[in-house]
Amino acid sequence: MHLESVSKIYKKKESEVIALHTTTLDIPRGDFVAIIGPSGSGKTTLLSMLGAMSAPSKGKIWLDGESIYDLPIEQRAQLRQEKIGFVFQTFNLIPYLTAIENVQIPLALAKASVERQKQCAEELLDKVGLSDRMNHKPDELSVGQQQRVALARMLANDPAIILADEPTGNLDPDTKDQVMSYLEEFNQEGRTIIMVTHDLSAAKCAKRILKLSEGGVCPDESNHILKTA
Amino acid sequence: MNLRTIVWKEMRERPTAMFVSLLAVMLSVTALVAIRNVAVFSEIEVADKLDKLGANVLILPKEASLQDYYAADMQSETIPEEIVSELVFAQMTGVEAIAPKLCIPATIHDQKTTLTGILPQSEIQKMASWQGGVLFKKHEGCKAKINLANEKDDSPEALAKRRTLQNLGDKDVILGAEYAEATGLKQGDKIQILGEEFSVLTVLDATGTVDDSRVFAHLHNVQDLSKSGEVVNVIEVMGCCKDVANGLIGKLQSLLPDTKIMTIANVVKTQISVNQMMTNISYMFLTILVVIGGASMASSTFSNVIERRREIGTLMALGASPKFVTNLFLVKAVLLGLAGGIGGYVLGSVLAYFLGPYFADISVYPLPSLMLIATGTAVFVTLIASYIPARRAANLDPCICFKEV
Ligand SMILES: Nc1ncnc2c1ncn2[C@@H]1O[C@H](COP(=O)(O)OP(=O)(O)O)[C@@H](O)[C@H]1O
Ligand SMILES: [Mg+2]
Repeated sequence: MHLESVSKIYKKKESEVIALHTTTLDIPRGDFVAIIGPSGSGKTTLLSMLGAMSAPSKGKIWLDGESIYDLPIEQRAQLRQEKIGFVFQTFNLIPYLTAIENVQIPLALAKASVERQKQCAEELLDKVGLSDRMNHKPDELSVGQQQRVALARMLANDPAIILADEPTGNLDPDTKDQVMSYLEEFNQEGRTIIMVTHDLSAAKCAKRILKLSEGGVCPDESNHILKTA
Repeated sequence: MNLRTIVWKEMRERPTAMFVSLLAVMLSVTALVAIRNVAVFSEIEVADKLDKLGANVLILPKEASLQDYYAADMQSETIPEEIVSELVFAQMTGVEAIAPKLCIPATIHDQKTTLTGILPQSEIQKMASWQGGVLFKKHEGCKAKINLANEKDDSPEALAKRRTLQNLGDKDVILGAEYAEATGLKQGDKIQILGEEFSVLTVLDATGTVDDSRVFAHLHNVQDLSKSGEVVNVIEVMGCCKDVANGLIGKLQSLLPDTKIMTIANVVKTQISVNQMMTNISYMFLTILVVIGGASMASSTFSNVIERRREIGTLMALGASPKFVTNLFLVKAVLLGLAGGIGGYVLGSVLAYFLGPYFADISVYPLPSLMLIATGTAVFVTLIASYIPARRAANLDPCICFKEV
């Protein structure tokens, strides 16, 4: 994944907010990047641009040799569905669907058969240790369990890239460690992980750390491929 | 799981959220179906009456009070038979056929019945040819389909449909279906009427009118048997409807000042105006359905979209295309439209079944064709109303899903 002179400016009436200064960045396959920085420093903005969710004001983002914001909107949705998995701070489980149904969503969007959806979702929930909670709705689960359902759902389309926005932000220390070890496991499976966090202990699990402050990327000692223009 | 299951589960989770708009759609469909249902049967009833009647103008005795158009000949007052020849000689444009009748109550073959004397058309035509003219002048361009006896089809059975007959012999009678069944008489049987023997020429098919219980004989026989003289109770006139509307009645009235001229329009006028009113009311309910049902559907879909912004953003993050998101709301609209349409159809049909006899004095039964129209309209309205909110959902910024609560 490659960012080429990317910047993002939010315009609201007269005022402009520069959420991200011009940034050039390269994230190789299988990397595990932690993005840290204070609140409002543009971490989420960067992540959403990486996730084909919001177009940069300037610059291009390349994924597997494709400039993703030059694709029509339907194909961008397709790209998210095939290659990208999101983990949210607020889990974002669909409240009226059970755990297994939530995990089925990406498979349903990919038009998988009902049997495959079921079988796959069961395996994934088993993988995150929730085989006994399959038919529970999100509000019947603890926050830690909810985040594990969200992890299983994220894995359902077997994404090559995982984008996590403060995945441990709402969790207690024990479940936090659990989620982090799952993410490390997913990284070992060969998936690229880009994780936003302001928790330094979580960031330590990453292979490298990217510091953002006031919309600019600051080089970190462990960074070598990173440039800021 | 697919789009439909997602829609279904969301609706099941909070059934009350869409309840108001469902109710609005359903109740207006109910009213629409009920009114339309009654109106359709009322229209059928009018058409039926007109069809059974054949004649659209009646010439009655001055004192006659007309209770039932279809039994106009059932009365004691009479008019002279010579009016028939007066009418023939007048050669009025628009008068296409005339059928004089005389009815007397009688017990024939141990069965109470009405003996009805009719004058075969052939004898009226003979009257016209003595005059040296054709029978009635066929009005040029008259489009009215009038049930006339004609020379080519002179089977006695035609009486059932047309209420006039080409030929009827001196010693023949024709039996109504009910009367024949009650007495067991059939074609060719001999029958004693007021001391004279007749033979049954034919038995008519059932028509559902008073004719079914009658016995028909030649007018002059009935006059002789009842010793009533050369009189009739009524002369049914088949007039071209255009002429009936354009002053034929006035001309007849001045030709025959001692009679009462009635048109079918006088009789079914109230029913036709009730039908018109019901049609107007059904348009009103259609407007209500479109405006109220549509507006409440649009507003509840809008608030549904706003409430579910995070969910929509999440689905998009998971790879849902804008089209999928649009369909999420449109499928819901279709389901609500179907539910409102079918529910409204059922309620409306039940309502019509009970209210029909009250309001329009007719029996009303459910019309399956109305179900198609009702659900079609309801689905159309809910779909149109949800379209803009659904498009808006698809255009939401998916980044909402990253927002902390
Ligand atoms: N949709 C938006 N419209 C306007 N400004 C925004 C929007 N999203 C984020 N911002 C602004 O952009 C800056 C970066 O925000 P964000 O990327 O959410 O930071 P972080 O995730 O690091 O807290 C903030 O100043 C924020 O107010
Ligand atoms: Mg953030």
